[in-house]
Amino acid sequence: MGIAERKIEDANLLKAVAALTPDKIQQVVRSVTKGEAGARLAVYHETCMRCGMCAEACHFSLSHKGDPTYTPVGKMEQTMWRLLRTDGRVTPDEIYNMAQIAFTECNMCKRCVHFCPVGIDTGYIISLVRRICHLLGVVPMYILDTAHSHSATMNQMWVKEDEWIDSLMWQEDEARDEFPKLRIPLDKEGSDVLYSVIAPEPKFRTQLIYQAAAIMNQAGIDWTMPAGPGWDNSDMCMMTGNLEMMGRLKRAHYEMAQRLRVKRIVMGECGHAFRSVYDTGNRWLGFKDWPVPIVHSVEFFWELLTTGKIKIPQKFQKPVTIHDPCNITRGYGLMEKLREVVHMLCENVVEMTPNREHTICCCAGGGVINCGPPFKGTRVAGNKVKADVLAATGVEYVIAPCHNCHGGLEDIISHYKLGMHTKFIGDLIFELMEKPGAE
Amino acid sequence: MKNSGSQPASFASEWDWEKGKKTVVASVLPKDPEAWQEELYVSPDGTHMAAVVRLEDDSFTLRVNDGQWEQSFEKAWMPRFAPDGRLTALVMEDDQWTVAVDGTPWEERFDFIWNTMFGGQSQIYASIQSDMQYGMCKEGEPWAELHDNATDFSLSPTGKNSAAVVQVVPLKQADLETFAKGAYTVAVNGTAWEQTFVNAWTPVFNCLGEEQVAAQVRLNEFEYTIAVNGTPWPTTYNCVWAPSFDPLGSAVAAPFRKGGRWGMAVDGAEFWKPTYYQCWNQQWSFDAKKLWAIVAPEYGKFTVACNNTPWNALFPVVTDLVLSPQGTRAAALASHKNEEFRVVVDGVAWNDAWDMAYPPVFSPNGQHVAALVRKKDTMTVFIDNKPVGQTFTKAWQPAFSPDSSSLLLRGVQNGALVRCVLPLNELF
Amino acid sequence: MQTFYTIAVGPLAWFAWAVFLVGSAWRIFSMASLAKNKEMAAVAYFDTAYGMRSIARWMTPFATLGWQKNPVLTFATFAFHISFILLALFAQGHAILWEYAFGMRVWALPPQVASALTIIATLSCAYFLVRRLSNSTVRFVSTPGDWLALGLATLPFITALLVRQSVGDPLLMTLLHVLSGEAVLVAIPFTRLSHALFVPFTRAYMGSEFGAVRHCPDW
Repeated sequence: MGIAERKIEDANLLKAVAALTPDKIQQVVRSVTKGEAGARLAVYHETCMRCGMCAEACHFSLSHKGDPTYTPVGKMEQTMWRLLRTDGRVTPDEIYNMAQIAFTECNMCKRCVHFCPVGIDTGYIISLVRRICHLLGVVPMYILDTAHSHSATMNQMWVKEDEWIDSLMWQEDEARDEFPKLRIPLDKEGSDVLYSVIAPEPKFRTQLIYQAAAIMNQAGIDWTMPAGPGWDNSDMCMMTGNLEMMGRLKRAHYEMAQRLRVKRIVMGECGHAFRSVYDTGNRWLGFKDWPVPIVHSVEFFWELLTTGKIKIPQKFQKPVTIHDPCNITRGYGLMEKLREVVHMLCENVVEMTPNREHTICCCAGGGVINCGPPFKGTRVAGNKVKADVLAATGVEYVIAPCHNCHGGLEDIISHYKLGMHTKFIGDLIFELMEKPGAE
Repeated sequence: MKNSGSQPASFASEWDWEKGKKTVVASVLPKDPEAWQEELYVSPDGTHMAAVVRLEDDSFTLRVNDGQWEQSFEKAWMPRFAPDGRLTALVMEDDQWTVAVDGTPWEERFDFIWNTMFGGQSQIYASIQSDMQYGMCKEGEPWAELHDNATDFSLSPTGKNSAAVVQVVPLKQADLETFAKGAYTVAVNGTAWEQTFVNAWTPVFNCLGEEQVAAQVRLNEFEYTIAVNGTPWPTTYNCVWAPSFDPLGSAVAAPFRKGGRWGMAVDGAEFWKPTYYQCWNQQWSFDAKKLWAIVAPEYGKFTVACNNTPWNALFPVVTDLVLSPQGTRAAALASHKNEEFRVVVDGVAWNDAWDMAYPPVFSPNGQHVAALVRKKDTMTVFIDNKPVGQTFTKAWQPAFSPDSSSLLLRGVQNGALVRCVLPLNELF
Repeated sequence: MQTFYTIAVGPLAWFAWAVFLVGSAWRIFSMASLAKNKEMAAVAYFDTAYGMRSIARWMTPFATLGWQKNPVLTFATFAFHISFILLALFAQGHAILWEYAFGMRVWALPPQVASALTIIATLSCAYFLVRRLSNSTVRFVSTPGDWLALGLATLPFITALLVRQSVGDPLLMTLLHVLSGEAVLVAIPFTRLSHALFVPFTRAYMGSEFGAVRHCPDW
């Protein structure tokens, strides 16, 4: 039992801890615990009553029954509480363990909030541990590379500026075969909607851009997509603890929207990107609210469907279930709108339990899936409980309006042989909507 | 965001400043309502409009007023007027890209071209990719040296020189080691600095238009500073924003972050103590006596500071800081959640609030401020807190005559493109 | 012995109260200053209505997911805290002390009720103890501070029981009860018992973030 016995080799974690000394560690830990952090850390540390109620909250501890090292409080105990107790005097090996816990065994989904009487924010504590790891350079290889891409290209996938524009033009061309009047307007100043996506869309899932363009086109939305950097709303730097880069990315995103003088940003079906634009990046930059409103697809689709801009002549007949992504439910309360949207699209909806704000995490979010193949087993084993929840619905389709949730759910679906398929809401709308403009 | 200030006087002096309203194009809509016409662009002097039109499936060209370019292209996008009135568009023929200027494509072709930019003397620049090598080209001529990637394109104030952040060392997949050693730097007219950095951003030129360039650089995972001509300041910071040169010399100012707050550094020394929750978009007055910036003295409350003294009025968001040509006055936009836009001049907000506002424009003598604003579907221009009396369904930035006596409005009224010259003495 | 007792309910009691009040005020004040200095990006989102909503919800037994999923602990927690507050304020002996110190006449619990509450609180503490030893999660994360807090919180009830059951010398037992109560007072600002001071703030903050920003229940 314990993190030391489940150590997973990661090239950068190994290399980075090899370069650490106890003095360096202590200096960095103090710069956070006594420097950057403030009252929240102190109060949470002091008032966490070690009652263990959160053990019932976390998909990791529910999937590893009886192993306290996977519980939220157990994870805080092995990381931040230990750092505070020792004033940062820990070995490089211990930092490795803490990094593995913070980056791969907590999705910062905040389900434990519903379990803690005191109001301890475990996700915040883990993000502080990640911050320390970032300052020590101890970040898993794959997600660090993604963060580097963000810093060099302002997007997550090393997409170059011409490749981005070219992908959009290519999707526009493809879509025009089906919708002759379709446009993906680039940098169209003064549009109602600026549509932003995460970099994996132009890189691997261009079909989603096609679908979004078709939906915008058929709904008659005055929209645009940016032709320059800032188009990627995603944010792995928020996940690695590189808050300075998070701020830089969000500034680029907001300023792009401000420069184009759009009314609002509508974003694709992604959870963490919503969090970073709506809730974290803005704060780091000093904005209490947000300089430009960001609307998640679920809410945007809800508008399109309820105002009749998109019509659904025939609903999807097969039974579906709904997965609530943490960043838009616990992060923004879209539980009901998500349901209304799904019910407008599907005839037969089977709820999973637990659901809505008590949703169990996909185990991919919080940057965990971005830590790459070495940690896939951690995610799959750590989310057996979600596999059981999915299996209990007995349906074939899971609707999950979030990229990371798709990745995480698909992995458990295949590992536990659930025989299910994931769908974006955009997939369903595109499939079901009236297409008066199609040839 | 770049200061869009006032137009270069050399071009505006040649414009038609005769008082009155003229119809430039009777109908901005296509004659055939079914025809494919994209969004409108209008020349700085308001005498021309342009829009991409589609002739058939893979054939695009530009409509200009009531005519169109003779030549058509497989693709055409990003129509933009240069300050001197030339119309440019990015066009594709035989899978090769170039810029067409007033209908004539450059002879040089590239695998891709984007991001048209204009120099102070109306030089036409664009970002290019050829054989997966990146850089810029000026009037068709590419940099002598291209690079593995290029971003953050920038021109000198005179428009004679160009710079960008370039990747000079190839990176393999997930190549953390090379990245950490530094694969990026700044190239000026294609020639890269010798020093490399983990990252570099926002190269800016010395105001005197020489080949002196400063940029933000990142030295390792968490240390940032400013490099001038490749040499980083000895001081490093938790974070920095874009630098700017003192207009009379070579001092460089840049916002920096320390202990969670922002201040201003000049040449690596603390100039404004880090007390702000945010500090960015600094601008020097032409005589370098005043340094202005957008700052947040309290969390979530922004304003403009001059020489480290913030205006009293605070707003949730402040953008588009513009200085008067004399550098003694400033105007900016305030907003909340991208609504309730206000024009704030010298610390005082105009009475009205709008759904959208555009960067304020100072008259050349610095005495007047005009701003284009929109409420619902109606656009208009306010000058010194008063409406000019003309409304438009779509309008573009107003411009002052070089002698500050008249204001030029450009916009669409009743479906027609009009240009309107209003003598200021009749407005007040 | 009598002298000791007189000191314990006299100067020592005043001292304990002074340490408790001044210490608590200082802890809250310094924590608030720290928050204002470093965490305006959190403080700025405090929202009284949502904060109170969250406090009310979590003060209702079984009204939150956490309470529902841990029923025995929920019962013990509410039983203990309710007993603690009622007894601390309204036990008959305490009522006499209120009158003695401030001349205020305070309503007192009937002795049988007080006895029952004391037993309930003691049993709750026993449950906390057993759980801390037997529940693998709680055992894994328990530190000496947690044992100290539990011990401090339990002692006044045990001594009260001993007094009531007339075990040992009554004066000695009463003295021990008074001293243990004073120990709790002194310990509140400086041990894990400080949750009594800070939980209203952590709870209200979580309620504010979930109510005003996240538009989602935090229970």
